[in-house]
Amino acid sequence: MNHPQAAAAFLKDQARASWHDETLWYVRDKRDAASKRLPEWEDLRTLASDIKEHTLSQLDYYLEKFEEKAFENGIQVYWAKDAAEHNQIVLQILQSKECKALVKSKSILTEECHLNPFLEKNGIAVVDSDLGERIVQFLNQPPSHIVLPAIHLKKKEIAELFHEKLGTEKGNEDPKYLTDAARIHLREKFLSAKVAITGVNFGIAETGEFVVCTNEGNADMGVHLADVHIACMGIEKIIPRRKDLGVFLRLLARSATGQSITTYSSHFRSPRKGKEIHLILVDNGRTAQLSRSNYRSSLKCIRCGACMNTCPIYRRSGGFSYGSTVPGPIGSILSPGLDVKKYSTLPFASTLCGSCTDVCPVKINIHEQLYAWRQEITQAQGWSGKELSIKLAKGIFTSPLAYRVSGKILRAALKSLPHSLIYHPLNAWGKGRDLPQPPASTFSEWYQKNRL
Amino acid sequence: MPPHVGLFIPCYMDQFYPQVALASLELLEKLGCKVSYPIGQTCCGQPLANAGYERDTLTLAKHFVTLFKEVDYIVAPTGSCVLHVKSHFPELKGMEAELEKTQAKIYELTEFLTDILQLTSIKGKFPHKVGFHASCHGLRGLRLSSSSELQEPTFHKAKLLLDQLEGLEWVPLSRPDECCGFGGTFAVSEEALSICMGKDRILDHERNGTEILTGVDMSCLMHLQGIGSRSGSKLRYLHLAEILNQALS
Ligand code: SF4
Repeated sequence: MNHPQAAAAFLKDQARASWHDETLWYVRDKRDAASKRLPEWEDLRTLASDIKEHTLSQLDYYLEKFEEKAFENGIQVYWAKDAAEHNQIVLQILQSKECKALVKSKSILTEECHLNPFLEKNGIAVVDSDLGERIVQFLNQPPSHIVLPAIHLKKKEIAELFHEKLGTEKGNEDPKYLTDAARIHLREKFLSAKVAITGVNFGIAETGEFVVCTNEGNADMGVHLADVHIACMGIEKIIPRRKDLGVFLRLLARSATGQSITTYSSHFRSPRKGKEIHLILVDNGRTAQLSRSNYRSSLKCIRCGACMNTCPIYRRSGGFSYGSTVPGPIGSILSPGLDVKKYSTLPFASTLCGSCTDVCPVKINIHEQLYAWRQEITQAQGWSGKELSIKLAKGIFTSPLAYRVSGKILRAALKSLPHSLIYHPLNAWGKGRDLPQPPASTFSEWYQKNRL
Repeated sequence: MPPHVGLFIPCYMDQFYPQVALASLELLEKLGCKVSYPIGQTCCGQPLANAGYERDTLTLAKHFVTLFKEVDYIVAPTGSCVLHVKSHFPELKGMEAELEKTQAKIYELTEFLTDILQLTSIKGKFPHKVGFHASCHGLRGLRLSSSSELQEPTFHKAKLLLDQLEGLEWVPLSRPDECCGFGGTFAVSEEALSICMGKDRILDHERNGTEILTGVDMSCLMHLQGIGSRSGSKLRYLHLAEILNQALS
């Protein structure tokens, strides 16, 4: 994945890019308003961060406790070390139930594991039941945002898509009309599915229950109508006690969309009579990230998406430009942990402005981790071209004499060279920007002449 | 005894904006400081470090610490270089104490004026509509003003100074602390994004009536000015030091 190229392609359609920027800025604005209505906002962030830090420091303990309690509650617990194991476990459960079709509510983890294509290859139809997810699924696209999966699409495009897939009236863009059509379509799927898959927002070690947050109630609908509930949970989703949950619920929805709480925060503790709950605890690189001291706190993430909405890069380059399941600033510190070569440009897709760090409800120092990745990536990749030019610059800057001489040459060149040469198409600075007017002398020359 | 200030001038400013360096020097002198400009200054290493080559900035950092050993304060008309010295200078084996001292005594110009000199009644006039670009490293790194993401009392060190000038009209913006897209090597490695972000900042200023765009980081202003001049925008650009220095004369 090459972020600069993808971003440039996205920016070709200026009007669309600026619509995308405005749309997400609107969400960030709502988040600001919601967070500012709570005088204790910063205390909540600190508390949430501390709880997560603590949990991560004893993750093995809390996970085992969680497993034990969940087991006592009648939940079947599995451990998956990576995506392949996770997918295999899901498949086995489905096969044992002779299940050929299932509904799934939004789960970034199953995206991360590429569960849908895997199941489809094995002859199982998956219907994503979250409206935005269903839309991108119709288009054969991944979500472009972790909370707002179809945010890159305009109403008009959704109307066209629904006309084609669901037979809605051509040109009817009324959101209520379109949502109703999706509801009817999904209802049918809900009623026929024997198995429902959900993600997990929080697993509570103390009680062995887990919590799923949605706005559409689709997770609940799916689970309550099905006989078997499979919940897929990243091992970092654990929190120690039920009373810790309030801290996160208050932060999550406000950070994500500016709502005070998600419409549904559903607790799952024990299967109803005759029903089953299967819970898969997935590592998939999380233990490795935990062992990297610079990046371990990225595991505090509660996937609210606020760092995407606030990111001036994400807003103007779109979720797909990152080429990773989790896009945006947090994705750029998680993805290199999975594959440093593939995602090597992501930590550079930032100005290190720090807005992500200030917006993050669990206080992950995202921009500092981007900086740290840069240091590692240049070393690991042995980027020779870049290194060479940087070395050159270093040579110039280190020696005061060389620096003065070359500055002089540079300024002289700027004055005398024809415009066409300075603004060579390969000169990325000059493509869209003029250079400053070169002055007659540098400050240090002036100072030495007049003050020494 | 007036404080002895060592003036640090970023390399690109020395080359392209000597008038800003001079304004900083004159301003500090007018305010009663003893100012020296140690000869032999080099780049602080910030562009290298942000590009992922912090390990290659050792020589630059050592040179910097040695050069400014004697002064009481180091003052620089830039937020990003100051942040770099404070938080990204590499470990200097054998010079730990000096490094710590350097990091403790370096100030960005506006914070030096508000926190150390504690200026509260500047006598000067500047009858213009001024829009301020809050450069990110100064804003969220040095905390020169409150950031819009945080729940904190609002404060703004540059505004504190500019508000003291007679006739100056502060222009409120729709997005008061959005990044301009300069970002060092980002400006060239992510050229398309960088330009788009810069254009958006300029538009925000134009829509809200900015006549003069100011800030504390000339690098961001250089980027904005470059985009503005290419597109024929009428905005004028002055570093905050230039405004204060003009107003005080
Ligand atoms: S890193 Fe922070 S802001 Fe970004 S999604 Fe995670 S919790 Fe939200």
